[in-house]
Amino acid sequence: MKLEDIKVCVMRVGGTNCDAETARAFQELGVKAEVVHVNEFVERKSLLDYSVLVFPGGFSFGDYVRSGVMFARHLSAKMGREIEIFVDEGRPILGICNGFQILVEFGLLPGFEGMSTYPEATLTTNEPAGFRCEWIYLRQENRGKCAFTSKIPHGKVLRMPIAHGEGRWLFPKEKEQALLERLVDLDMLVFRYCDKEGKAADGKYPQNPNGSFFDIAGICNPEGNIFGLMPHPERAMYWWQQPDWTRQTQLLQYGDGKLIFQSIIDKLTKKC
Amino acid sequence: MKYAAKIEVSLKPGHSNPEGETTARLLQELGYQVQAVDVSKVYTVHLQAKSRSEAEAKADEMSKRLLANPTKDNYTISVVEQK
Repeated sequence: MKLEDIKVCVMRVGGTNCDAETARAFQELGVKAEVVHVNEFVERKSLLDYSVLVFPGGFSFGDYVRSGVMFARHLSAKMGREIEIFVDEGRPILGICNGFQILVEFGLLPGFEGMSTYPEATLTTNEPAGFRCEWIYLRQENRGKCAFTSKIPHGKVLRMPIAHGEGRWLFPKEKEQALLERLVDLDMLVFRYCDKEGKAADGKYPQNPNGSFFDIAGICNPEGNIFGLMPHPERAMYWWQQPDWTRQTQLLQYGDGKLIFQSIIDKLTKKC
Repeated sequence: MKYAAKIEVSLKPGHSNPEGETTARLLQELGYQVQAVDVSKVYTVHLQAKSRSEAEAKADEMSKRLLANPTKDNYTISVVEQK
């Protein structure tokens, strides 16, 4: 696929935020990206006109019932077939923060056996309880499956902000060890919370900011084309978005978030 | 027939409950001898059905499809007929 043929859909609904930043991150890298309200698809547009689908952050449907579930069910009721085709064709889908919660509630992640009817995991209330809005460190754990981290070396430590109250990854208790093994074996683990040097957070606050199981911050599906993460790469796109950028010894153009957007573009244009 | 289905969604045992723990701590600060607080959500769904068992079956489906996440939630349903 040529760079100019890539078209990104950033899908919004009431309560979405960071949609403009997410579209801008893609535009900065030379591809077309549009923010589209879900009703536009229900009424006239076709999702299949797009090569990448992004669910940005925010509080879709006011986070009522559970974060992400309302938008997920709305999508399955109104355009489930289109999404199924989009997924079956292996087109990439990215979920950031609330977008990650939507993908989990939809049954697209983890998606061990493909799309599941009911969610196979959850992103639930932070522990310690409370909304966390801060910069954290992540370690790239993927061995090559995930299309959104193809440009990020295994073990690399990234810095990005989080902003969520429900980001604690949980598997069903009775199956959590078995499912974790599967996640690792199938190369679906992508990001884990860590300290500045890359040492695993080991569940400890504040390196692990929400009590997430196995420090999980981001995972992909077994095919690697669907990826969700709690941190916000679009808020770490430029170097100057970091809170202490003027005090750092180096002055670069981009922050670590860029690597995620660049990875999927390069994957689609077969540069990596 | 009109029915009201009360669906209560609560955390499965064994899951940590940061909201309940924080609430318990605050109640203790207010001087109450509180051991623990369990938190649940109650949805009262008003619906039409041919029979009570059909109303129960519909409420069960609603719980599975939207209101509860099987990873962490249990739910109970009680249905009452309404005039």
